[in-house]
Amino acid sequence: MSILAYNGGAVVAMKGKDCVAIATDKRFGIQAQTVSTNFPKVYQMGPTLYVGLPGLATDTQTVFQRLKFRMNLYELKENRVMRPKTFSAMLSNLLYERRFGPYFIEPVVAGLDPVDNQPYVCNMDLIGCPNEPEDFVVSGTCSEQLYGMCEALWEPNLSPDELFETISQALVNAADRDAISGWGAVVYIIEKDKITEKHVKTRMD
Amino acid sequence: MASILLPEVPVPGFSFENSQRNAFLAQKGFPAPTATKTGTTIVGIIYADGVILGADTRATENTVVSDKNCQKIHYLAGNMYCCGAGTAADTEMTTQSVSSQLELQRLHTGRTVAVETAATLLKRMLFRYQGYIGAALVLGGVDRTGPHIYCIYPHGSVDKLPYATMGSGSLAAMAVFEANWKPNMTEEEGKKLVRDAIAAGIFNDLGSGSNVDLCVIRSQGPAQYLRTYEEANVKGKKQGSYRYPLGTTAVLKQSVIPLEVTSVTVTASPQPMDVEPSHSRR
Repeated sequence: MSILAYNGGAVVAMKGKDCVAIATDKRFGIQAQTVSTNFPKVYQMGPTLYVGLPGLATDTQTVFQRLKFRMNLYELKENRVMRPKTFSAMLSNLLYERRFGPYFIEPVVAGLDPVDNQPYVCNMDLIGCPNEPEDFVVSGTCSEQLYGMCEALWEPNLSPDELFETISQALVNAADRDAISGWGAVVYIIEKDKITEKHVKTRMD
Repeated sequence: MASILLPEVPVPGFSFENSQRNAFLAQKGFPAPTATKTGTTIVGIIYADGVILGADTRATENTVVSDKNCQKIHYLAGNMYCCGAGTAADTEMTTQSVSSQLELQRLHTGRTVAVETAATLLKRMLFRYQGYIGAALVLGGVDRTGPHIYCIYPHGSVDKLPYATMGSGSLAAMAVFEANWKPNMTEEEGKKLVRDAIAAGIFNDLGSGSNVDLCVIRSQGPAQYLRTYEEANVKGKKQGSYRYPLGTTAVLKQSVIPLEVTSVTVTASPQPMDVEPSHSRR
């Protein structure tokens, strides 16, 4: 078994029209045993910037702390908020530095650019190879199921409400076909004037 | 102890802080997962007035297509580009690092950097890491000595060739070159040949797919990057909509964080850099 599937979990992010959404499940387990159902893998890094770090939970937390540290230093030095693309480059460098002894996480970045309000999504492999598509990114133990759901459901120019429905159904139905993901989910819809956090009802088995 | 006055000097190079832990996990039956590979077709040819590079746009993680339209032709300098196959992160980071060294070299000498220089930097880097940096590259560019194509292997060996292919689709692409390449082709003939070679990879190699990217570097003027030169596989239009009606998803609780929309208008006064940008300095 892969160490990436030791704790389980899934994250997905999608672009919409002038908005972007990121969703995560809430399970934390040790192989097949569920330990907690309140362990979201998505963190807020800026006013309109979120990062999801599914994979080995110990590395989820370590990488988050390292990112927060580097980000605070950047914002103190530069006196401005970090753009999503800059954040991705920083994360990519952090992961590639450990090319020969990696952290076992496959991150997802989602945000609105604070300068031009363009939606941005990005995912990486565990050694920091960035991938910035025009539609959606997935990561975690049910990434294959998520690819299938997103490929079928996603359409261009979804409004925030439509985007919520699309990303929630994609995550919930993908996680239902994965024994080690699910047990609750959180969805963040990021718009330029507000962020909506919704806790979604899912199967709890 | 680091502070603002005495910042910690970051240690250059790779960090091995997790290696012992990861080796322990591997021994306990949790081997390290595989990174994204670009099972790829990349090619380069010399034609009458320069070089043409070509690449497909598929990235894979084992058998899953992880990126349907990724960029495999990387910028090195105004007069050279580099196609990458192998471990995606390695090709990306290696070319970025060499690109930065080349720009410093250009500013230091005030001349267009020779393609040979880039080939040397790349092969030294790859040889030093004994093949553990899994980057297989096709480097192409023009300088005062003419057009050049280099093939650089992950262990650091180099081939200097008039036409080259790399990646899992290299056999399919090389078959096309061996049949049809000739010296002093026109630009149109050259682009057609490179397109055909990449298409051979896309259709005959499972690790390659999606679109054809080209990059034409002529002896004069800036390089022309033809991103999505041809969409080899046009996706059919969705006939129906699988959209869920609003309100399908049950929400347990929700909260709204309002954001202050600050519209700061910054009028940037043009501040010319005291160095010339790369493409103008040929």
